[in-house]
Amino acid sequence: MPLFNTIIVGLKEVWTHKFRSFLTMLGIILGVASLVGMSAIIKGMENGMKEAMVAMGGADKVLLEQQDVPVEQEHLADQAPGRTMADVQALKQTAPLLRVISPEMGVNNVLLTRGEKTAMPSECVGVWPAVVEMNMHTLEHGRFFTEIDEEQASPVCVIGTGIRDELFGSPEQVGREIVPVGEIIEINSQPFTIVGMFERYEGERDKKERELAKLKPREELAGPSRQRGWGGKGNWAFQRKNMTIYMPLNTAWIRFRAAGDKDGIPDPRLSDIDLKVEDLGELESALQQARNVLMLTHRGIEDFGFRTQENQLESINQQIRNARMSGGVIAAISLLVGGIGIMNIMLASINERIREIGICKAVGATGLSVFTQVLIESMVIATLGAVLGVVASFGFVRILDMVMPTANSPVITPGAMLIAVAFSIGVGIVAGLFPAFKAARLHPIQALRYE
Amino acid sequence: MALVELRNVSKIYQLGGEEIRALDDVSLDIESGEFISIIGPSGSGKSTLMHILGCLDSPSKGTICLDGVMIQDASARQLAAIRNRKIGFVFQFFNLLPKLNVTQNVELPMIYSGIGSAERKKRALAALESVDLVNRAKHRPSQLSGGQQQRVAIARALVNDPKIIFADEPTGNLDSHTGDAILTLFRRLSQSGRTIVLVTHDPEIAAVTPRRIEIRDGKIAVKVDLTLAGLAGGRRNPDGAEPPKPA
Ligand SMILES: Nc1ncnc2c1ncn2[C@@H]1O[C@H](COP(=O)(O)OP(=O)(O)OP(=O)(O)O)[C@@H](O)[C@H]1O
Ligand SMILES: [Mg+2]
Repeated sequence: MPLFNTIIVGLKEVWTHKFRSFLTMLGIILGVASLVGMSAIIKGMENGMKEAMVAMGGADKVLLEQQDVPVEQEHLADQAPGRTMADVQALKQTAPLLRVISPEMGVNNVLLTRGEKTAMPSECVGVWPAVVEMNMHTLEHGRFFTEIDEEQASPVCVIGTGIRDELFGSPEQVGREIVPVGEIIEINSQPFTIVGMFERYEGERDKKERELAKLKPREELAGPSRQRGWGGKGNWAFQRKNMTIYMPLNTAWIRFRAAGDKDGIPDPRLSDIDLKVEDLGELESALQQARNVLMLTHRGIEDFGFRTQENQLESINQQIRNARMSGGVIAAISLLVGGIGIMNIMLASINERIREIGICKAVGATGLSVFTQVLIESMVIATLGAVLGVVASFGFVRILDMVMPTANSPVITPGAMLIAVAFSIGVGIVAGLFPAFKAARLHPIQALRYE
Repeated sequence: MALVELRNVSKIYQLGGEEIRALDDVSLDIESGEFISIIGPSGSGKSTLMHILGCLDSPSKGTICLDGVMIQDASARQLAAIRNRKIGFVFQFFNLLPKLNVTQNVELPMIYSGIGSAERKKRALAALESVDLVNRAKHRPSQLSGGQQQRVAIARALVNDPKIIFADEPTGNLDSHTGDAILTLFRRLSQSGRTIVLVTHDPEIAAVTPRRIEIRDGKIAVKVDLTLAGLAGGRRNPDGAEPPKPA
């Protein structure tokens, strides 16, 4: 019996029992929808994480981290120098494989004020201009710090748009873009002049939405402004980046650190040293070079370590793999349940068609043709279910997006759809095997005599 | 050589410890073109004999030669092919597929012999014509009377141009008038050269056939061969007309 015919007969069989077939398919539909939906969510997560990584400075950024000294050096632990400007100078002079070196001196517990308004920055650090390249900043307004600012420890700062939003009002609230260059704000009661502002960092999707909102009439914007806090919409990495405030490194040192910490002793340690290597391909040797230099400046005490974005990437990938794994297992289980449903209905279906099978055998159907007939019918159910499931997954993702909006909108990938459909057809085949075998083995006489 | 040669065939069912001999050492020849009835009381083994002759069932003992092929040891697959090409069945309960229309029911055997769709249509129509049901081609079996359904079943039995047609109580579910019409149809087919085996428990029906085989308790009791008496309708074909080939 030609395949095409068999498929048509299978489709007819499904159509005669529309409701029953639909209920059977439901398992597959839900399985496919959850598989495709899940992988779409994970894909969105992945995109978000990658975006965040770029927001945090890109793949070639290496963090020089403070670390506990190794066990054999434990007796030297209190002599560990920590990361200081001495390291930075040494690296600058003797590690040519490093392209950018960006020291950061953080100022803790910072409150920004302007009149009545206050803001808490995500980070308030003293930096070199190298930070712009290091953290992939784009200065949109004003200027960055100069040698003179550094030399004189000038009270100047460059801010992210998030700080502008909180101290001066966001474009959504005010209706126009405020550029506060030249304005004076207070950092822990010390007056600072804003000399520059970065562009607004945001994910692809937020950007699109914002541009769309711009085109809409004003009164909609006049409504309560959307909460863009930590828990709300928007990728946290971008939010963090927008809430940055930078000042010259020397300013941070002289005006905050040297002026005395809690116990009055100035702390010369840097909060961060970030590196970028000349050539990612030579990452290993570049880091070895940096390690050699630092071993000297640290008098042999290994109180530092490197954290490459490769590690970061690896951990992102690990997280994604885990999410995929658990999503996949859940979807596989629901597809399996769908398969059991199909097997059940196929068994019931051949049971009520025993006489028909007997008739077909009497006029010359071989076991094989009965077998393929049943198998194809079960595949037809599974395939229809899979196709409906793919359709449902689009709706599913939509609804999910509406109920739980995240910065990382789910992305349905063709790969996931293909896998889901192929898997459910496979489930259909496996589920059909036993009923098909049972039907094929029916003895024609017993089948014909069956009441 | 006869079309069918049955030699010492037995069919034994084991029920519990008990042995039921549904057929007991039956030998029988059927010539090509014969019109035979198998007659006997209920439970005598007529259907069992017909199923074995028709390759629906295999004997416990003995040999069968159908159209020169020994089939007692054939595989299920080979039996299916033989049923498909060489044998046509007509059953008491019509046994049409309720979900298919008349034409599709008639086409069914040709689907299993892998005949193309255009050819199938043509031959199905020719077969329906020979049972005078062309006007019902698109109807469902449930929309037909019993007699009409049986005619569809006969068309289906004819459509692959089989060597032999087996009919098990074909009139058992019909009133006598309709039954007569079906018998007339069989007689006509026989006259056009078909080999037909008619199973019945009714001597009146058996009387239409030139040759009768009576079965009792799984054994052939009496063979009445009327062909020599010249009462035959079927064995010879006076006009020399070819059997209708529904092709
Ligand atoms: N599967 C089976 N298992 C056990 N015994 C069987 C089986 N099939 C048939 N028989 C027995 O074989 C004998 C012959 O049965 P068969 O159906 O051939 O009778 P029949 O002559 O066709 O009767 P009827 O005129 O009622 O159709 C009966 O005694 C029946 O009980
Ligand atoms: Mg019977």
